[in-house]
Amino acid sequence: MAMMSEGPSIAVSNLSKTYRILRREDRDTYAAEALLKKLRPGKTKKVEYLDAVHDVSFEVAWGEVVGIIGRNGAGKSTLLKIINRITAPTKGRIELGGRVGSLLEVGTGFHPELTGRENVYLNGTLLGMRRKEIRERFDAIVDFAGTEKFLDTQVKRYSTGMYVRLAFAVAAHLDSEILVVDEVLAVGDSDFQAKCLRKMREVARDGRTVLLVSHQLQTVSDLCDSALYLDSGHLVLHGTVEEALEEYKRSFARAAPMLRDAAFRPGTGELRLTDVAIANDITKPGEEIVVEFTVGASPGFGSRFHVSCFVNNEDGMLLAQCDSRVVDFWLDPDTDTSGRLVLKTPWLKPGAYTVDLFVYAGGHATDIWEQACHFEVLPVTPYPHPTTPDGTDRGVVFPDFDYSQT
Amino acid sequence: MATIVITPPRRFSLPKVSDLWEAREVLYRFGARDVTLRYRQTALGVVWVILQPLLTALVFVLVFSKVAKLSFGGQPPMVFVFVGLLAWNLFSGIITRAQGSLVSNRDLVSKVFFPRMLVPLAVVYSCLVDFLVSTVFLIVLLVVYGINPGVAVLLAPIWTLMIILLASGVGLVSSALTVRYRDVNYFIPFMLQFLLYASPIAYSIANVPAKYRVVYDLNPLTWLLQEFQWSFVRQPVPPVWEIVLSVVVPVAVFLGGAVIFEQMERGFADVI
Repeated sequence: MAMMSEGPSIAVSNLSKTYRILRREDRDTYAAEALLKKLRPGKTKKVEYLDAVHDVSFEVAWGEVVGIIGRNGAGKSTLLKIINRITAPTKGRIELGGRVGSLLEVGTGFHPELTGRENVYLNGTLLGMRRKEIRERFDAIVDFAGTEKFLDTQVKRYSTGMYVRLAFAVAAHLDSEILVVDEVLAVGDSDFQAKCLRKMREVARDGRTVLLVSHQLQTVSDLCDSALYLDSGHLVLHGTVEEALEEYKRSFARAAPMLRDAAFRPGTGELRLTDVAIANDITKPGEEIVVEFTVGASPGFGSRFHVSCFVNNEDGMLLAQCDSRVVDFWLDPDTDTSGRLVLKTPWLKPGAYTVDLFVYAGGHATDIWEQACHFEVLPVTPYPHPTTPDGTDRGVVFPDFDYSQT
Repeated sequence: MATIVITPPRRFSLPKVSDLWEAREVLYRFGARDVTLRYRQTALGVVWVILQPLLTALVFVLVFSKVAKLSFGGQPPMVFVFVGLLAWNLFSGIITRAQGSLVSNRDLVSKVFFPRMLVPLAVVYSCLVDFLVSTVFLIVLLVVYGINPGVAVLLAPIWTLMIILLASGVGLVSSALTVRYRDVNYFIPFMLQFLLYASPIAYSIANVPAKYRVVYDLNPLTWLLQEFQWSFVRQPVPPVWEIVLSVVVPVAVFLGGAVIFEQMERGFADVI
């Protein structure tokens, strides 16, 4: 049981984080270049400022699980990074009633050439555990991960599953008073996700505090006692999970028309979508969904780029990720290019859906267009023998399946 | 449980010694990782650590003794050069490995909190292990050539510490600059190569003509090398001012490097 201080576990007051953004041509990647510019005065750089977090204040009590929700670029991750001391705030103050442990990135610091045992020590130390603590929990960690036989094997020989299990086991045994979790639930198999969730509930039952950033609204509503809703760096609402989710959904409807203007969209901006359209905005389950898009030219940008497309349901749940890399589809930035995504499965259930489009180049998102278009699926079933609704109303999508006697 | 307060960094901030002390375990783990990797990846790890300076020493002896006919303070060139290389490899090893350390540990820097300074500083471990392995070999050489270093050898740990401080100070700054600017990658190897020949490593300082001597005297490595040669191969005692400066300058460079690093550190997670 961790020791807890009196008062709130987290007190954030008037917190702001401003990034200075230099345009690509103004960014010096060579020291010589920077030096030359210093010597030649007069030419000032165009600096833009981005308020990633703007005047945010809130308090969290001990034993509370708080969800942080908001669209991409709303400042959720920046807020967590500041609380984690990975990046410093520009203004304001945070008081933390104890050590902060982070599940920001499971397995950070794992080195493929080191053995499982060595990695447990290295990773545990990085997460802030003392040698004594790691030694005491070593057996529990290994037991949790179920990798005792491979402790002295280099982790490069591990399967992905083993690797993730061991990495998570280390993080899960971190005895910090405050636990910060960012989207880890998006990775790993369902078994692993369930383990994460169980662990977080345990942590809260211990009287410790959990901050959780997630796009999976389901997770937030299952797990959290309260929620923060952030919008472009501002804290819009700190209240019950239901209120925050309601606000989140409303904001989508409000933001959609504005986002047609690229200036309002997040992303580094070197490559922007100029047009996104859905071929058939009213469809039936099982019909192909066709998204057509155009990316504006950026001559001289150089490297080829890829796109990604998310399909979300009305609850904001991400149903499908269509990353063009996995089908080896790349685009050339020298001319305006149009492309088309054809989504054949899964068969979507009746309801309203939104489509987000992303453009990625060189590891960065250059354009993030949430709610770029939407479509509706009519209430019919795709199956040959329709039955009463209880035969099809479970599950998130309609599966394409068959039975046969063997 | 103490409350942790996070506020914006002040315009000028000094490294927090308490934070560093708190995270000393991280330093040790990084160091241990580097040593393990270095000696595990190449099956002949230890052999390489000796072979590399030994072969370099052989080449230098050939060039500077047989071709250029320089003098070596009355000692066998092989031993003299090996002492110089021992000091030099520690110095250049720390700078070279520290310089790229932040960039190659990019993941850690942008995802986990710990004093970033520990990443470049941790390379000292693996460099020191190499140094110690080479020192054992030097002792063998001294025995073989029948050289008794005398009591001056007891001061060798001090010179070693000063080389570590000097190199760490430079390493801290260059690792921070590498995050921001790419050409540091080209500059550091060039600077090191220049220093390798411009310092009395493979020849005695006595070979340097009087009119160039002042340039040599400005180079902190010259002081430290002379001290090494004094401690191991019975060279004359360096002047007092050199000994004083050879302690003051490395300490100042190290502290200065740490302060500069601290100023540059705040932006790492946003740039890297």
